[in-house]
Amino acid sequence: MQNILEIDGISKSFSDIQANNDISLYLRQGQIHALLGENGAGKSTLVKIIYGIIKPDHGSMILNGKLYDPNTPEVARNEGIGMVFQHFSLFESLSVLDNIILGQKGNQKKDSILERLDDLQKDYDLQIDVNKIVATLSAGEKQKVEIIRCMLQDPKIMILDEPTSVLNPSEVEKLFNFLRKLSKQGMAVLYISHKLHEIKELCDTSTILRNGNVVKSCDTADVTINELAQLMVGKAIDNKIKLSQPKQERVLDIKNISYTNPDIYGTSLKEIQFNVNFGEIFGIGGISGNGQTELMKVLSGEVGLNDGNQILYHNEDISGLDINERRQREIVFVPEDRLGHSAVSSLSLSENLLLTNLWDHNFFSNGVIDTNYVDEKTSEVIEKFNVQCNASGSLASSLSGGNLQKFVVGREIIKMPKLVVCEQPTWGVDVGSASLIHNYLIEISNSGSTILIISQDMDELRSICHRIAIISNGVISKPYDAKRITPEDIAIEMAK
Amino acid sequence: MFKLQKKETIDQSSLYTVPLIAIGCSLIFVFILFLLIGKNPVLAIFIIFVEPLLSIFGLSELIVKATPLIIIALGLSIGFRAGVWNIGAEGQFTIGALFGGATILAFYPTSGIWILPLSFFIAIIGGILWGMIPAFFKARFNTNEILVSLMLTYVAILFLSGMVYGPLKNPDGFNFPESRLFHDSGTLPIIFPGTRAHIGFLMALLLAGLMFYLLKRHKFGFHVKVSGESLRALVFSGKSTNYMVYLSFIISGAFAGLAGVIEVSGPVGQLVPAIPVGYGFTAIIVAFLGRLNPLGICFAGLLLALTYIGGEAAQIKLGLPNAITGVFQGVLLFSLLAAEAFTNYKVTLKKMRGNF
Repeated sequence: MQNILEIDGISKSFSDIQANNDISLYLRQGQIHALLGENGAGKSTLVKIIYGIIKPDHGSMILNGKLYDPNTPEVARNEGIGMVFQHFSLFESLSVLDNIILGQKGNQKKDSILERLDDLQKDYDLQIDVNKIVATLSAGEKQKVEIIRCMLQDPKIMILDEPTSVLNPSEVEKLFNFLRKLSKQGMAVLYISHKLHEIKELCDTSTILRNGNVVKSCDTADVTINELAQLMVGKAIDNKIKLSQPKQERVLDIKNISYTNPDIYGTSLKEIQFNVNFGEIFGIGGISGNGQTELMKVLSGEVGLNDGNQILYHNEDISGLDINERRQREIVFVPEDRLGHSAVSSLSLSENLLLTNLWDHNFFSNGVIDTNYVDEKTSEVIEKFNVQCNASGSLASSLSGGNLQKFVVGREIIKMPKLVVCEQPTWGVDVGSASLIHNYLIEISNSGSTILIISQDMDELRSICHRIAIISNGVISKPYDAKRITPEDIAIEMAK
Repeated sequence: MFKLQKKETIDQSSLYTVPLIAIGCSLIFVFILFLLIGKNPVLAIFIIFVEPLLSIFGLSELIVKATPLIIIALGLSIGFRAGVWNIGAEGQFTIGALFGGATILAFYPTSGIWILPLSFFIAIIGGILWGMIPAFFKARFNTNEILVSLMLTYVAILFLSGMVYGPLKNPDGFNFPESRLFHDSGTLPIIFPGTRAHIGFLMALLLAGLMFYLLKRHKFGFHVKVSGESLRALVFSGKSTNYMVYLSFIISGAFAGLAGVIEVSGPVGQLVPAIPVGYGFTAIIVAFLGRLNPLGICFAGLLLALTYIGGEAAQIKLGLPNAITGVFQGVLLFSLLAAEAFTNYKVTLKKMRGNF
């Protein structure tokens, strides 16, 4: 097999950060190649260079034997490079077909596009109703639309950025089958991920990046998952601290919560009922979009409930309280989205610390912010939770996803809260940071905090929870013992 | 074809360079304009932008015009930072002038130092009430605050006319549509004798200082900042989205109302239908030219005041139409938006393909 793309000695720095340092890698025809690395390792920069979004400082690329130096993504597409981004760029209110036609260059006839679309769907099992409105599609279907748009341009190389982060297990399996088919037909695939078992299962070869350098390029079959993880993180991952037994004392008792979502595409909650005991870590699993965000907002008080719904916290009904009144009762919240929800990227870390402490009089005198105190507390979080940043005055946007998440979680659990409610605490976070965050959560639960985790990552829930329930279509299942729940149980509950 | 692309890094110095570039471009534009209509551009620019600064009279008038602009713009800047668009400050200004003026007239000819503070208070209440209307509709029915606040401006102006033609008309005024002249207790003290420069300007500077401190150090400023960046984060911090809508309109309404009563108890000295002369709209330019920063707003207020005075001078000395003020202000806003766009975006040339 011949090299279709050769990357030779690519370097790129942003002011004082060396994002890519002398990176070389080869993509062969018919090969699925994994690009593996923690957040901030330089994967995105490298991909942006290949796709013509960023110009490298040094180094060259050879595509099909010719020097390749794209100035824009358009050049990259014309040269046969297709890209499926992690975040979709679709028009939600238009139909699938409109979105596909809008993505094509030039003035191709609608009929000829339809014809090729037909062939494509047959050849690759990419069946989708093209008349559906995109907003009504699931994440997996939306990704299919992106892939179809990309395939219609006859790419020779397909780049996928974290494609499984929004998919459920059966959708992942379908995606993998599709990618295998592509590679059989001779296409090269560059697969970016930090999910190790996926890479092990799917990819022929891997390149592992760390701090902008290539740590290793190898055949995936020659390394174990543990070795991959260590190459990626650079040190052995700490073993999990042991969970201690919770007491039989109810901290949180949710009685029949129903919530009608005003958004017609959102999920409504139906008679949610569960309870969490003192010192327990309780997990709520499920595929995204099944009511997790709504449940999080109801628990935090960001949306109100109708009368008659009860959230009992130490036998007090807190359903009528706002988010800061709940925080005063030593409950903390970590919502899923750290960009624009749990943190604001254009604010400094100290200002982001203040975001969840506006109720606390220690931070103010007569409403005037005590900046020294805020900076002191911020530095404490940075130090204790090993947040990589310049100073407490650094903008949140200057931190990598994993570091910002450590900060956002650390900001809350440094208060030694009585109850932690968090959603996707390790979403889009590298393995090293994820394991640190898990350890913090277990630590505070061992010292008497109660924790509720809403997450799509079933492995995460099974490894750190005492009990797990599954949410599906706004309905919650009975709780399972985390040690005894089987993949079959999960599949059945998710399909309800 | 041209294409705008967002820059990845934005130079911090753009805070100062953008307004300066905008002013420079506007001057070049009026230079060419004067050339085209056959006036000596150097002389015209000198008369409009320099001469008013060379006399005590010019400087005192500058202060008089800058006062309402600065006060209104300070109030508007809060909403603009938070993403709440009050375009109806002119209306809130008018209602403030009416409420404050009516209070002064109600106590004619009683004297007392409490009359002005009371009328200020009533005027602020009036401005807030007028601002609460778009805020309420926005919060309750999610209407567009730009439209509602703008349309209410015309209601306010007609309301003022109605009052001045009717109940507030001067009983000894030969049926002219204007109120009595305010008595001494209803007039603002003058800073420099012989001019119209009144203590309202000092109040404007004081308010700017206060606003600067609140935005930088107070919880309130923090909420404003968060609200402008992300409403979800604002809710997460414990405030509802409607909180910021109401707060923005309360503050901008209060400031515009205050500017209104300062205008009538200062330079005007009575209620006339022509009190609203566009300060409320010009203040929008002031707020943005000042980069929504209280200090910047003071400078921008003085500059825009200069265009009013210079425009009058150009009318008298060069026979130019008064519209020159509006033209310059329009070009300035346009250049400002353009300069801002070029700072945040870069222009790339894209080849046109035949099949488009």
